[in-house]
Amino acid sequence: MSELTRLTITEARDKLRSGEVSSVALTEACLAEIDAADALNAFVHKTPEIALDQAQAADARIAAGQAPTMCGIPLGIKDLFCTKGVPSQAGSKILDGFLPQYESTVTQNLFDAGSVMLGKLNMDEFAMGSSNETSTYGDVISPWRRGNDAANLTPGGSSGGSACAVAADLCLAATGTDTGGSIRQPAAFVGITGLKPTYGRCSRWGIVAFASSLDQAGPMTKTVRDAAIMLGAMAGHDPKDSTSAELAVPDFEAAMTGDIRGRKIGIPREYRMDGMPAEIEKLWAEGADMLRDAGAEIVDISLPHTQYALPAYYVIAPAEASSNLARYDGVRYGRRAKLAHGDGVTEMYEKTRAEGFGHEVQRRIMVGTYVLSAGFYDAYYNRARRVRALIKRDFETVFADGVDAILTPATPSAAFGLGEMSDADPVAMYLNDIFTVTVNLAGLPGISVPAGLDAQGLPLGLQLIGRPWEEGDLLNHAHVLEAAAGFVSKPARWW
Amino acid sequence: MLDLTFEAPKPKVIAGAQHDWELVIGLEVHAQVSSNAKLFSGASTRFGAEPNSNVAFVDAAMPGMLPVINEYCVAQAVRTGLGLKAAINLKSAFDRKNYFYPDLPQGYQISQLYHPIVGEGEVLVEMGPGVGRVVRIERIHLEQDAGKSIHDMDPNMSFVDLNRTGVALMEIVSRPDIRGSEEAAAYVVKLRQILRYLGTCDGNMQNGNLRADVNVSICRPGDYERYWQTQDFAHLGTRCEIKNMNSMRFIQAAIEVEARRQIAIVEGGGSVDQETRLYDPDKAETRSMRSKEEAHDYRYFPCPDLLPLEIEQGWVDDIADSLPELPDAKKTRFMGDFGLTDYDASVLTADVDSAAYFEAVAQGRDGKLAANWVINELFGRLKKEYHTMSESPVSADQLGGIVDLITRGDISGKIAKELFEIVYTQGGDPARIVDERGMKQVTDTGAIEAAVDQIIADNPAQVEKVQVNPKLAGWFVGQVMKATGGKANPKAVNQIVAKKLAL
Repeated sequence: MSELTRLTITEARDKLRSGEVSSVALTEACLAEIDAADALNAFVHKTPEIALDQAQAADARIAAGQAPTMCGIPLGIKDLFCTKGVPSQAGSKILDGFLPQYESTVTQNLFDAGSVMLGKLNMDEFAMGSSNETSTYGDVISPWRRGNDAANLTPGGSSGGSACAVAADLCLAATGTDTGGSIRQPAAFVGITGLKPTYGRCSRWGIVAFASSLDQAGPMTKTVRDAAIMLGAMAGHDPKDSTSAELAVPDFEAAMTGDIRGRKIGIPREYRMDGMPAEIEKLWAEGADMLRDAGAEIVDISLPHTQYALPAYYVIAPAEASSNLARYDGVRYGRRAKLAHGDGVTEMYEKTRAEGFGHEVQRRIMVGTYVLSAGFYDAYYNRARRVRALIKRDFETVFADGVDAILTPATPSAAFGLGEMSDADPVAMYLNDIFTVTVNLAGLPGISVPAGLDAQGLPLGLQLIGRPWEEGDLLNHAHVLEAAAGFVSKPARWW
Repeated sequence: MLDLTFEAPKPKVIAGAQHDWELVIGLEVHAQVSSNAKLFSGASTRFGAEPNSNVAFVDAAMPGMLPVINEYCVAQAVRTGLGLKAAINLKSAFDRKNYFYPDLPQGYQISQLYHPIVGEGEVLVEMGPGVGRVVRIERIHLEQDAGKSIHDMDPNMSFVDLNRTGVALMEIVSRPDIRGSEEAAAYVVKLRQILRYLGTCDGNMQNGNLRADVNVSICRPGDYERYWQTQDFAHLGTRCEIKNMNSMRFIQAAIEVEARRQIAIVEGGGSVDQETRLYDPDKAETRSMRSKEEAHDYRYFPCPDLLPLEIEQGWVDDIADSLPELPDAKKTRFMGDFGLTDYDASVLTADVDSAAYFEAVAQGRDGKLAANWVINELFGRLKKEYHTMSESPVSADQLGGIVDLITRGDISGKIAKELFEIVYTQGGDPARIVDERGMKQVTDTGAIEAAVDQIIADNPAQVEKVQVNPKLAGWFVGQVMKATGGKANPKAVNQIVAKKLAL
């Protein structure tokens, strides 16, 4: 394994600036690792030429002493981001052959900061899934295994390719997107850091929409400090996205003082679920102890509407998705089904969408269409919106009471085996999001930090939830937790 | 200001086989907002461009593209609302109306179902002097137009032009206050007039920039009054919506045939289905657009890509301060300031250009005379050649010059018409033309008297006859005019002829 690809952004930045390594060398090392890791199925489209061009340009900027924070850092880009002239299919067959003529704001921001794109990363189709088993490109295989058991495990989803690539050191970091936990859950499953910023912190322009009021891009990195650095380059107001906040981007890294003395950490009692594995319970308690040891005050809090979050999420997200995915109709781009003689426009829609969308996407389109239909709108969609408002208020109340951050488990279990959930009720899969969806519904920043291993040697993560727009403060808490947990495990290379 | 009070026009009554029936009509007018760019993209709105050339990524619904509201279109909607004396909602919101069609790339139209930007207003629709209907406006909302599907260019294919996709429309929804087909057309004419005054829609119906969906129902005499008292629609008949009407004539004709269709159904013991229908002008009938099984469920929900639209009262006030004088006020002022008749004032205020032209001619002159010349001579001449006001070859200054020559008695009305023709076809300063061509009329009584004396002397037989029949004096007047080449002042000639003949 190349030592270069194991570098964090922070380490690489220093080595690049000191001239110890070049971006080209770093990029070449990553490209070699990617080529050697096809078994993981993380990268679905490799862009070595773009990467080397960008790396050379980055080296020139560094040599000229004009190196922005992310200059020369090789990244993987989730397939949900539209990248100019590079296949961008959101893991879906229906976008076969689609080459965007534009660059998403987030990737453009990263490129402007000197970052290098190694390729596009696998994901659940249209970001719908928690196991990366719904992609048209096939499953992503987690680099982690249960001890000597060769069974393939899920890296989580929907940003499964991103999580896998970072955990397997194929790249220094990756972009992810998070609608109900799609950054934080896979990050927890593979033992890396995943940050979902406040809704509106990163522009959604050029990111294929799943559920517009919930989608948010964020960094998936090897350390909390890396997340701070990368978020700084991704974020910023974008006039092309009306929901993007008109706020300056603070120096997130500078907020990481390591001092959380006197800060109040809330432990929400409603997150203590029936049947929660003892290991998760234990990890959560240990996390609280670590923060207490660092001088924080641990308080029990109540977020009374938590139990309604998952049902509300699985009404709102499919409703928005059913509308957002209407544009994939075979008319202008992507796949169009072969039509029989005499087929009209209705047949074109039906055949194109039936063969272009996978089962999970079809399920959510149907659920979303149903909850928005006449006669059911109030009972489902409007009720879910009211629940959402109550969930948001729950958080506002505890923050108003002086709580600085909230500590929860990131997932209800460690990674499961690929195919293990395939026969299960889809709701069982949806339960993966139980600790994360509330954060999307309330628009808050949340971060998943690796905190330990389960009995089978698989990573487990803890989640910290922060106040809106205070990612710096959240990262500071996460940084303290990271340091105390001292998670250094890496998957044993088998691929 | 004149105190104008209006009497409501009588509702149109249609005699059925069994009963009399009245009409109840409400309109949804789709007015394209005058704006260079689309509602949510920077693409041009220019009409007649190459197909699919005015298309931004968001108009084509490319993945990940997002709408951003065009502030100018919002200002235009507010301006329109203010012009219709409507409430402006400082907070409004956009919703998605979901349906599939190839000319609707997003698969939804962004519209404002739940929280429109403009609330209740009103339009005065005059149906004659002192007769007018106040039509209540329920709401105006902003929405995207769809593109154009073309099915008749190829036997096996359909084509889509997205140039129109995403262009801003205002949907102006009236209450069911209109009681006849003529009123309905007059309402659209008045609305178009106001929009043009405001500069918020060019009102071009041929290009589809102004279209109307017409809701028609029938009721028995007395039912409407019961509805009015209770605002309970149960007193009214089931309505049908005739979609996409783009001419005043078709609006009137469609309402008539639709009303008769409904009457025939109800009198035959049936009931009218609430549905959308299309008017076929060739067959003079309306047809159902789709069956119940195909009825759309639009699944409206708030558009998550756009924040609620919040505007400030100060901004609205600035727009209000910049509103032009509107047709009703202008007409009232013309009647008061220039002594015009109701009819003349209506004609002259029909559009802003005409009104401005008239005011320039009338300034410092006799308003009624100016109105006569603008309406009868200029409008008449323009109409004959299908020219519009802006194409007039005669400027207000030139026409004013002609009016001055008449007022001073320099030329007769007859000569003035000749002069007008010269100015219209050849141009030039009227006063100079009169001088150069010797068109000034003779008001010198001495010269006229000499001419009269000469004719009396030359025609003794006629002189005898006129003593018996004084009406023959006109013959002498004509002879004098002939002798003077039409330049004699007719009034003076009349007087002198009468005096000399001792009539």
